[in-house]
Amino acid sequence: MATIARQAGPAESAGLWDRLSIRTKRVIWAWSFLALPVVFYAGIRFYPTFQAFWLSFTDWDLLRPATFIGLENYRRLFADPLFWQVFRNTFTYLIIGTPVSLVLAFVVAFYLDRVRFMHGFIRALYFLPFLTTAAAMAWVWRWFYQPVPIGVINGFLGMIGIPQQPFLRSVDQALPAIMVTAIWAGIGFQIIIFMAGLRAIPSTYYEAARIDGLGEWAILRKITLPLLKPTTVFLVVFSSIGFLRIFDQVYNMTTNDPGGPLNSTKPLVLMIFQTAFSSYDMGYAAAQTVVLFTILLLVSLLQLWVLRKRA
Amino acid sequence: MRSRIRLAGLVAGVSFLAMGSAKAVEIEYWQYVFDTRVQAMDQLIQKFQEANPDITVKHVTFPYADYQTRVTAAKLAGQGPDVVQLFYGWLDNFVAGELIKPLDPAVFPYEQIESEFFPIVSAMKRGDQYYGLPTAVRSLALFYNKQLFQEAGLDPNKPPQTLDELVKAAEATVKRDGGGNMTSAGITIAMEGQDHQWWREVLIRQNGGQPYSDDGKQVAYNDEAGVTALKFITDLQTVHKVGQAGFMDEGQAAFRAGLAAMTIDGTFRLGAFANNPFEWGVTELPANAEGLRSNYSSYFANAIGATAEGEELEAAQKFLAYISSPEAMELWLEVVGELPARKAVAMTEKNLADPIYGPFLKGLEYAHTTIFVDEQAQRQVAIDMANRVLLQNQDPAASVAQAAQEEQAILDRFYKQ
Repeated sequence: MATIARQAGPAESAGLWDRLSIRTKRVIWAWSFLALPVVFYAGIRFYPTFQAFWLSFTDWDLLRPATFIGLENYRRLFADPLFWQVFRNTFTYLIIGTPVSLVLAFVVAFYLDRVRFMHGFIRALYFLPFLTTAAAMAWVWRWFYQPVPIGVINGFLGMIGIPQQPFLRSVDQALPAIMVTAIWAGIGFQIIIFMAGLRAIPSTYYEAARIDGLGEWAILRKITLPLLKPTTVFLVVFSSIGFLRIFDQVYNMTTNDPGGPLNSTKPLVLMIFQTAFSSYDMGYAAAQTVVLFTILLLVSLLQLWVLRKRA
Repeated sequence: MRSRIRLAGLVAGVSFLAMGSAKAVEIEYWQYVFDTRVQAMDQLIQKFQEANPDITVKHVTFPYADYQTRVTAAKLAGQGPDVVQLFYGWLDNFVAGELIKPLDPAVFPYEQIESEFFPIVSAMKRGDQYYGLPTAVRSLALFYNKQLFQEAGLDPNKPPQTLDELVKAAEATVKRDGGGNMTSAGITIAMEGQDHQWWREVLIRQNGGQPYSDDGKQVAYNDEAGVTALKFITDLQTVHKVGQAGFMDEGQAAFRAGLAAMTIDGTFRLGAFANNPFEWGVTELPANAEGLRSNYSSYFANAIGATAEGEELEAAQKFLAYISSPEAMELWLEVVGELPARKAVAMTEKNLADPIYGPFLKGLEYAHTTIFVDEQAQRQVAIDMANRVLLQNQDPAASVAQAAQEEQAILDRFYKQ
C-alpha cells in the first residue's frame, strides 16, 4: 500500500492526494480495502438484525403490509404456555447437554492423549460423526429408536429380556433420546480441541510435578485443568450456543410431528421456524428471534464472566 | 470494420427478436415440483400452444416447501405469475394478500361451474365470487393388503364395509411376537397422516356431529360426537390393540413394507403404492352402523394472478379454461392419477368400474372439504389431541375440549384480521 502511495507521490501536480501525509494515505488505503467486508456485513448481517427488531413490533404476515402493534407480540409470547414449554426444553438441552458432552469429551481426550496404539485411527473414529450431515445422522438414529420390527435398540433390548422402550414416542424419553444424538454428533470436535489444549501444556510442568512427588489426581487438579481453562472457556461457550440453537436433530428425528410428541422436544429455533414458515406469522416469529438473541447474548456474557472470575 | 458489421448484425437481430415478442404473448404458469404433475402440465402446455400459436406459456416450478413463500415474495417484487396453482386451503391467504383475482363471470359463468364441477369446488368461492378452478381432486379410501387378509382367513375380495367390520378385520390380521410386541399392524394409526381428516370430516359426521359451524368460523366438535370419534381411533390402539401410532415410523411405510393390513390414505398415494410387492386393494371408507358414509376431499386449484392485465389476462383466461377442460382432466388422470374435477368426466362407467379409481370416485359424491386457515397448525392440534390420550392417558373428552379451545384460538386470530 505504502509503495503505491509513494508512486503517486512525486510532486509535479500538487493535487489533494499529494497533500496528504503518508499516515493519512495509509489509513485511507486500509479503509478502502476494509470497506468491502464492512458493507457486506452491514448489508447481510446487521441490517437484517435491526430489521428483525423492528418486525417484532409489527404483525407482518408476508402478505399484508406490516402495521405497528407495539409490544403485543411479546405479550402474546409470554402468555403462551407453548413458549414456556419450549423455553424449558431449550434450557434442558443446554444445562444437561453442555456439561455432559464436555465431561465426556475431556475424559476421552485425556485418555486418548496417552494412547499410542492406533492413536490416529481412534481419533478419526471419534471425529467422524462431526463430519457427517446432521440430517443423515438424525435419520439413522430415528430408525435405531423405532419399535421392534425395525428398531435396532429395541431389538437388542428384546433379546436380553428388557421390555420395549418407546423412545421418540414418549413425552419423557424423547428429549433425552435426541440429546444423546446431539452429544454424540458434537463430541468429536470437542475431543480434538481438548487434545490440542492438552498438547499445548509444556511437559516441563509435569516433569517438575512428578519430581516433587505429586500424584496423578493432584497433577490433574493443579496443572492440567487450570492450564486448560482457555480451551474450556471456548468449548463451554461454543457448545452452549450450539445447544441453544439446536434444530437439525430435533426436526429430522420428529418430522411427522416436529418437536413432538406434545412439544416435548421442541426447541426455540424450531418454534421460530414453524411460526415463520408454516404459519407465516413473521412479526411473532421476529419477537421469538429477539428473545432467542437476548438469551444467547446473556448466556454467553454470563459464562465469560463466571469463567474469567475464577481464573 | 469487421467488428462494426458484426455489431450491426447483432443490433438487427435483437430488434427483430423484440418485434417478435411484441406480437406474441408470454404468460407464466407456476406450480410446485412433483414429477408427474410437471410432466402432465408440460404436455398440456404443448397442446395449448399448438392450438394457440400466439401464446407462449412459461412453466415455472418451485419445491413444495418454498412454494408459498416464493409466490408471496414475487408479489412483493411486483412480478407474480399469470396463472398460479394453489391448495384450496390457502385461498383466504392468497385473496387477503391480493395475489390472485376473481374469475370473470363473463368468461367463466358461475352457474356452469356449479353445475359441472363436484360441489367441493365451492371451497374456491368467497362472497359471491369464484377465485379458481381445479383440474383434479383427491379423496380418501381404505387400502388393504390382500395377502395379509388371505393369511388371516379373510376373503381378500370382501374388504370391510362398516366400522365394526373394520375393527374385526384388524383384529384378525394383527400379528404379535412372543413378548406381545406388534410385528404387523391390523390398521395403521397416524394422525399426522390422513387420520386427522378421517376423524374431522368422516368419523365426527358418522357420529351425528359436525366438525365446524356452517360458516367455518366456530369449532363444533366439542361434543359427544367428537369424543366418540376420537375414542374410535384411540381405542384401536388402547382397547383393540390392532394398531400403534408410530409403528414402522409412518403409516404409509408400514403398509408399503407389508406390515400393516389396512391404512387410510388418499389418491396421491397411488403412485407410491403402485410397486408394492404384494396384491392390494382399495375400498370406500367404511360406513357407520346406519350405513352413513363420508369422505374428505382436497385439491389444488388454478387461479389467475393479480398482476395479469390486458393481453396477458386474456391469454391467462384462455389457458385456465384449457387446463380445466374435460380433455385436460382426462390427461391428468392418465399421467398423474388424480381424479377429474368435472362430474361428467369423472363419473363415467369405465372409471366407476375401475377397481382402484372406483372407490375414490364414489367417495367424492359425499365428500366434505375442510376450510383450513392454517393447515399445519390445525393438524398439529389433532395430533396433540390423540397423543394426550395415547401417551398421557388423558380422558378423551378432556382432550377434545382442549383441542377445541386451541383450534378456536387459531380460527379467531385468522378471522379477526
